[in-house]
Amino acid sequence: MPSPPPGGGQELGGDTMDLLRFATIGSVDDGKSTLIGRLLFDTRQLFDDQVDAISVASERRGLGEVDLSFVTDGLRAEREQGITIDVAYRYAATPHRKFVIADCPGHLQYTRNMATGASTADLALVLVDAGAGLREQSRRHICISALLGVDQLVVCANKMDLMEWDKSAYQKIVDQMGALAHTLGLASCTVIPISALNGDNVVERSDAAPWYDGPTVLDSLESAQAGGWASQHGLRQGNGGRLPVQWVLRQPGGGRSYAGMVNGGPFRTGDPVIVLPQGQYTTVRSIETADGPIPRAEVGLSISLNLTDDIDISRGDLISSLEEPPTVTDNFEATVCWFHDRPLRAGDRLKLKHTTRVTPVVVESVEGIFDVNALELQVASELSENDIGVVRLRTATPLALDTYKVDRITGSFVLIDEITIATVAAGMVGPPRLQS
Amino acid sequence: MDTAATLASRPVVPAGPSSGRAGQPNASVTALVRPFGRPLGHLDLLESLAIFIIREVAAESERPVLLFSGGKDSAVLLHLAAKAFKPGKIPFPVLHVDTGHNFPEVLDYRDAQVEALGARLIVAKVQDSIDQGRVADPGPVASRNRLQTTTLLDAINQHRFDAAFGGARRDEDKARAKERVLSFRDSFGQWDPKRQRPELWQLYQGSVRPGEHLRAFPLSDFTELDVWQYIRREQIALPSIYFAHERAVLARDGLLLAVSEWVSPAGNEVVENATVRYRTVGDATLTGAVRSEAATIDDIIHEVSASRISERGATRGDDRFSETAMEDRKREGYF
Repeated sequence: MPSPPPGGGQELGGDTMDLLRFATIGSVDDGKSTLIGRLLFDTRQLFDDQVDAISVASERRGLGEVDLSFVTDGLRAEREQGITIDVAYRYAATPHRKFVIADCPGHLQYTRNMATGASTADLALVLVDAGAGLREQSRRHICISALLGVDQLVVCANKMDLMEWDKSAYQKIVDQMGALAHTLGLASCTVIPISALNGDNVVERSDAAPWYDGPTVLDSLESAQAGGWASQHGLRQGNGGRLPVQWVLRQPGGGRSYAGMVNGGPFRTGDPVIVLPQGQYTTVRSIETADGPIPRAEVGLSISLNLTDDIDISRGDLISSLEEPPTVTDNFEATVCWFHDRPLRAGDRLKLKHTTRVTPVVVESVEGIFDVNALELQVASELSENDIGVVRLRTATPLALDTYKVDRITGSFVLIDEITIATVAAGMVGPPRLQS
Repeated sequence: MDTAATLASRPVVPAGPSSGRAGQPNASVTALVRPFGRPLGHLDLLESLAIFIIREVAAESERPVLLFSGGKDSAVLLHLAAKAFKPGKIPFPVLHVDTGHNFPEVLDYRDAQVEALGARLIVAKVQDSIDQGRVADPGPVASRNRLQTTTLLDAINQHRFDAAFGGARRDEDKARAKERVLSFRDSFGQWDPKRQRPELWQLYQGSVRPGEHLRAFPLSDFTELDVWQYIRREQIALPSIYFAHERAVLARDGLLLAVSEWVSPAGNEVVENATVRYRTVGDATLTGAVRSEAATIDDIIHEVSASRISERGATRGDDRFSETAMEDRKREGYF
């Protein structure tokens, strides 16, 4: 029996559900879009007219059954080719949790789109074809998402129906994933035998695999740690508050307050803070919101800070608590995922956007390419499209940086081509983020 | 409900990575539990991210504008823009692309909202595009939905806007579900869904060259239900047509259309007085009403929670032209 429709007319969770962002990753044709279609269908998140529309579209393409992957593959070209080109965002809710789902493409050439989806995920849902085992492309995506800081993994051993629910096919993936998860230092990794096509162990527990008594996919998603992809690492490391300044607000009667989103840890009225990169000390006089002042601002909240001293602060500066403040530097090592078809080489000049600051940057050196199979750095002098490598960068203005391992906001940046103004790389401050 | 306590006590069921056995608790995961404070709810997070996006785009673009239709999503967008810059005023104008096929209640509402916020209103009229020969006149009663694109792009060119905020949500349509928060438009106003900019973390990269512009969608992650819950929490005023009222309607192409100067019964069509409300606000010639007794926001939230038909499916004729009607219009430069 499918679950009742969302709330059945009763409102779900009121105004205070928590929010889990997850990305579906894995190789092409392992069934990612079908799984999301199944998950939405079985939790009755799809409206009747949407189901009708995908039935008609499936029939027009001569498909015998309703192709649930059409739920997320919404572009004309995707439906023609039966592939996912770009991330589709879908939304679902259970009584106390709202889900933002980024269904990512599996093809190597769309790695930039996969990284887009994974960069804000709390959890990665990995699809593995149980018959084929863990393919190189899946392994690559797991590594990229781990590098991006996604450390909760739910692995679906899919197409178990085609394997006649043979436990050894499942066990093989469990063993492969166990080793990989350990090497990548993931916080959690659950492997679930499923059939996305038929819905086994997706929302409803299946009788087909009596040897499996673990959670369904939905169980795993409901029990995973939600609470803000950007803050979890900061919280775990216990570093202090950071506020990259977005905008200066003039307060009535004279003063100014500095608007931005709180990151790394909360701010409280009276907190001593340092303004970076200038390095000036002051104190939080008040925390302002559009709904009035608040004594304490949690991570993830957009606020503005009113400070006790009159300091020259503008967009791009960072207000930090004194507890383990970021490092100010114009020369640093970083891990980058390169998206451009022209290779990245030492001497290249680009623009860099870090928090709310854009600055010219030069590539001092390319240290090597990160081999996602061996999980080690190999000597190289340039990065080609979709390579992950380590580079040394020098910026025109000093930046207030944390390593990415400590903070996904103050430890990340993008590189921008000066001529085409396209975003050409995702960057993470420090060496590749792996535990071991 | 104390969400922090729930988080702490929620069972964690990861497989031990090394044991490879599902269902074993993993001690390392408990370290992820927030050590302090009360986590923010989904509406707090959605609001905060939307404000962040509005401030980023306002800071990085030279001449931003906010697209306002008078519908509930643009009402939420305008409210968020006001919150982002409070106690200051919204530092950009508001643009209404006027099809000329309006619900009078919506125009009254538009003017009242803009005046209350002290914002500057620009109205770009589809009728002017027709009069100037920019688009062919489809006739007085035909839909002007698709003509809006020309009027919108002309207004963007004329005012040299380099960023336009819109209230579109990703749950509305399968093409919108693919679109970035900052969506790049070339000098012809076109969207190329196969070549979207990577959009990592919250590093919204909004640079454009002369003649190009961005569309910015701060409500991307809101669902229809989130919008209603947010309207309730923030007590945002809406046009009266969103609430149940008596209206003369007729059924056409599966839509319940209001009888107006542009819509009158043809052939066997029968006019009836029904109790209806609107789920979306658009061109009056192809925006359908739904039968509803929902007179309050709570009633509407109850109704939306139970609905089996999507918001646009129930009410929008403009999405019915083809399987990829929204993608096709967006490629041309539509909202």
